[in-house]
Amino acid sequence: MTKKRNNIILFCFLVLLAALFLFPIFIVVTNSFKTKFSIMGSPFTLPNSETFAGLDNYAAGIKSAGILGAFLRSLFITVLSVLVIAVLCSMTAWYLVRVKNFFTGAIYKTFLFSMIVPFQMVMYTMTYVVTKIKFNNPVGIIFVYLGFGAGLSVFMLSGFVKSIPRELEEAAQIDGCNPVQIFFLVVMPILKPTAITVTILNAMWIWNDYLLPYLILGTGNKTLPVAIQIAMQGAYGAVNWGGFMAMLVLAIVPIIIFYLFSQKYIIEGVIAGAVKG
Amino acid sequence: MGIYLSFNKFTTVENAQWIGFKNYALAFSNTDFLNALWFTAKFTLVSVVTVNVFAFLLALALTSAVRGKNVFRTIFFMPNLIGGIVLGYIWNLIINGVLNRFGVDLSYDANYGFWGLVILTNWQLIGYMMVIYIAGLQNIPRDLHEASQIDGATRFQTLRHVTIPMLMPSITICTFLTLTNSFKLFDQNLALTAGAPARKTSMLALDIYNTFYGRAGWQGVGQAKAVIFFLIVALIAFAQLKFTSSREVES
Repeated sequence: MTKKRNNIILFCFLVLLAALFLFPIFIVVTNSFKTKFSIMGSPFTLPNSETFAGLDNYAAGIKSAGILGAFLRSLFITVLSVLVIAVLCSMTAWYLVRVKNFFTGAIYKTFLFSMIVPFQMVMYTMTYVVTKIKFNNPVGIIFVYLGFGAGLSVFMLSGFVKSIPRELEEAAQIDGCNPVQIFFLVVMPILKPTAITVTILNAMWIWNDYLLPYLILGTGNKTLPVAIQIAMQGAYGAVNWGGFMAMLVLAIVPIIIFYLFSQKYIIEGVIAGAVKG
Repeated sequence: MGIYLSFNKFTTVENAQWIGFKNYALAFSNTDFLNALWFTAKFTLVSVVTVNVFAFLLALALTSAVRGKNVFRTIFFMPNLIGGIVLGYIWNLIINGVLNRFGVDLSYDANYGFWGLVILTNWQLIGYMMVIYIAGLQNIPRDLHEASQIDGATRFQTLRHVTIPMLMPSITICTFLTLTNSFKLFDQNLALTAGAPARKTSMLALDIYNTFYGRAGWQGVGQAKAVIFFLIVALIAFAQLKFTSSREVES
């Protein structure tokens, strides 16, 4: 009996805690429906007939800051970057594991090393080089992301390639496959779960990244996080809080939907990344 | 290149001029930097302890026979997906909303910013670490719990002598993950306090950024600070490597 009662107490406690965890998101959503003057003063009240602003904030938020363009740009950069990273890093990992010599060893070590170098270390010189070679546009930044994402991705993927039996590839070779065919027809299908995990980990990071797009793309080609920061800092006190709340909601909702659909992979990715990292 | 430039005075990369260790001397006599170093260390320590304790307790709760585990797991993990800038502003609104009742705001006292960052980090990282702890807990063979029960151990004794030792790999991983994450915090810091009041709440990453882009002629010092930052992060990484590999040898 006591065990059952304990469980009920625990359950109630967890419900309370879950409410606490959702509270900040709830606050942002409710505030996005309030008029701008009633947000800063009392963020915790629900919108009433007096302060309810309907969808005005969303209209204002979308119109004012070019947020729609930022949204699409973020989407473009994120999707292409993760695809490029997944394909190229799978190839790299396969090659590095299967071909063993001094160079591949050195390259693998370089990838590992790049994982511990903090962004601030290369921030200034990297921005300089990227601007010099004219990669400071939404297409060029994809290659920059490839560089920053490659370390962890190659590391995780090569850990998995090691577990693929060599016999499979040898059999394909005997059947007359060339290396390119072996990679796409044999290795890639086996690698798919790990590749998806890597893709999701990268997507979460790139979608939310602020400093790199800010430094490289600047305010002209802003991504979503940059647009949010500018809307806040660029306004110098005259922030349209209503529109700003709507922007925050727009930034949160896609990830949450994405998360609810691919939860299994995300959680797996976290665990896999932790065990190997 | 970064290391080389830390010994130079420059404004763009091309006009670098060798000046030896002067940048490092400037960095270490810069009160902002020392303050950021101390603030970061304090913050990292507090958040590593709080995040891991809460995440562990939640994981314990969610591996017991309670109902709706998956729903809870989904909810607790959710904040982790929201980007640092957005997170910072959400909490900026909430904390300022609370502080407004007392007639102050986040920039009034560095302590507010400090605890604000701790709360924010906890909110963000607990779910992530919880998932890792749950995976670790599920890997502990049931027999061990049964055996200790038969031996007459109380629940607390089982936790202390069976669960925690078996969970050591997860604990190591989570500790180091929180350590590096808290140490490198930037977006959240920028959005929540931006260093206010008077740069008292800027952490290392933000201070390096401000030195690079906020102070003409100090780019070399910024690079020197970045090298110091890098050395500390590398030290943490090697400590982790040592720690994990020595454990693997034992088992």
